[in-house]
Amino acid sequence: MISVRLKAKVLSLLIFVVFLGIWHVSTFTPSGVGVLGSGSSAMTAEQLEYQKLMGKDIGTQKSTGFPSPDQMSKAIAKQLSDPFYDNGPNDKGIAIQLGYSLLRVGLGFFLAALVAIPFGFAIGMSPLLFSAFDPFIQILKPISPLAWMPLALYTIKDSSLSGIFVIFICSVWPMLINTAFGVSSVKKEWLNVASTLEVSPLRKAFLVILPAAAPTILTGMRISMGIAWLVIVAAEMLVGGTGIGYFLWNEWNNLSLTSVIFAILLIGIVGMLLDTCFAQFQKWVTYVE
Amino acid sequence: MLNETTSNHGAQVDLKAHSKPTSDSNKHAFQSGHFLQVQGLSKYYSKAKPVFTGVNFNIDKGEFVCIIGHSGCGKTTILNVLAGLDTASEGYVFMDGREVKGPSLERGVVFQSHALMPWFTVRQNIAFAVRSRWPDWDHLEVKRHVEKFVEMVGLSHSLEKKPSELSGGMKQRVGIARAFSIHPKMLLLDEPFGALDALTRGTIQDELMGIVRRTQQTVFMITHDVDEAILLADKIILMKNAVDTGGSFTPGGIAEIVNNPLPTHRIRSELHHMKGYYELRNHIVDFLIGATKKSLNQTV
Repeated sequence: MISVRLKAKVLSLLIFVVFLGIWHVSTFTPSGVGVLGSGSSAMTAEQLEYQKLMGKDIGTQKSTGFPSPDQMSKAIAKQLSDPFYDNGPNDKGIAIQLGYSLLRVGLGFFLAALVAIPFGFAIGMSPLLFSAFDPFIQILKPISPLAWMPLALYTIKDSSLSGIFVIFICSVWPMLINTAFGVSSVKKEWLNVASTLEVSPLRKAFLVILPAAAPTILTGMRISMGIAWLVIVAAEMLVGGTGIGYFLWNEWNNLSLTSVIFAILLIGIVGMLLDTCFAQFQKWVTYVE
Repeated sequence: MLNETTSNHGAQVDLKAHSKPTSDSNKHAFQSGHFLQVQGLSKYYSKAKPVFTGVNFNIDKGEFVCIIGHSGCGKTTILNVLAGLDTASEGYVFMDGREVKGPSLERGVVFQSHALMPWFTVRQNIAFAVRSRWPDWDHLEVKRHVEKFVEMVGLSHSLEKKPSELSGGMKQRVGIARAFSIHPKMLLLDEPFGALDALTRGTIQDELMGIVRRTQQTVFMITHDVDEAILLADKIILMKNAVDTGGSFTPGGIAEIVNNPLPTHRIRSELHHMKGYYELRNHIVDFLIGATKKSLNQTV
């Protein structure tokens, strides 16, 4: 087992190195060779001025192409060296931007859990409620969360709150459905034990049904968190202001590809960390029969 | 009925002495007669073809009753009705002079599939039952009580283990300890050893017998094992299946109630040397084989 794991690690590293190598080679430009080549030194001042006016700046070494790994690592180092600066609305450190996104996701997700888990419990316990609510859930579930954005902006009249609402609406469905499913499929024998022991409904809910359904509920929460993190980027691009999604879009407008790639990388890493957290929670509540 | 059943009341009362009264036990509207009375019980899913009809039997305090029959004869339904988990289509069940209408702490159930909560440890599983029975007990009382009953089934070393870490036999022991821990007036066992291997089964049978004798517990148990019934039961109820021969339909029910004539203090290893053992065993086996033949004939 250990040897397989070790081999996998080595292979991962190898893939990464090869990827960096290909990236490096494909973005490599020999230094000193400008857009117009070495012929530029022969030009007169007027000709240089003319080239500048034509948008071909020869004097400064400006890279217009895709950033190389070297440029990327410098950009990353620069961003990470001062993640908390705040120079006004369009220029904030990356940690601040990420903080805004995480705050929105956290709030929306928390509110969704607050609604979905008790409601899912009720639906899971009662076949009547389940059948009654099922058509609504089935219709509302496949709607892209961003489709709610105009309605949210119109009614809430606050872009930041609208972002939270969008997170709420996309997180609510997987949690709701999984909670209902988990609660409704609690083994009959455990419920029988509870009823032969005359356990009060509240004790039954918290000591029997909740632990029995917890793995399923947490799977729902994990899916919800994954979707919420996908959606927050798009939502922030749309509403603007703050957040990693807005940062990414802003850097695109600045034509700073290094920052765009940096943001993409960061979104991936944070998403992975969130998922790992929920995987750990899932481990805690999972039981072996 | 065996004689020893009548002399059990003293011990039964003694066991109950420190348990607080529950909803049923303060009633002394004790009718003359038996501790548990089952009257005219029947169950049907379609009225024309009942699974069983007219099931009548009584169980006295301290009596151990086994019920044997082929699959589908309604044994488990009867047990579930006694437990209050299922309702009969017709008929009544009275325990201690009160009608059984729903589950109660007065009747402890050991389920075939042990039904332990896998997220609880052994201690928590039993404490869950103990706290349900005596909600106002403090932590120490619960702890002491739980440990007493875990010790009774010899699992003190596994108190903090989860059911998944236990063998099948150990799980069933915990199930038995849980059922006993609430001091039920009656114990219902739904084929508790069905999933166990023969060796484990023998050991736990001995343990169960010992505990039941010590506590003078009233027990109703489903089994498929004739020897198990002979070893444990004072009274063996033989159930017949419903017979459907196309034209005529005979509902199932009780074929016979056999009183166990063997001496009270039976030991498994000496059982087959006891006088009357083979007659009893042959009688039950003949009944079961006869029932099989009948149902085979009906399908031909």
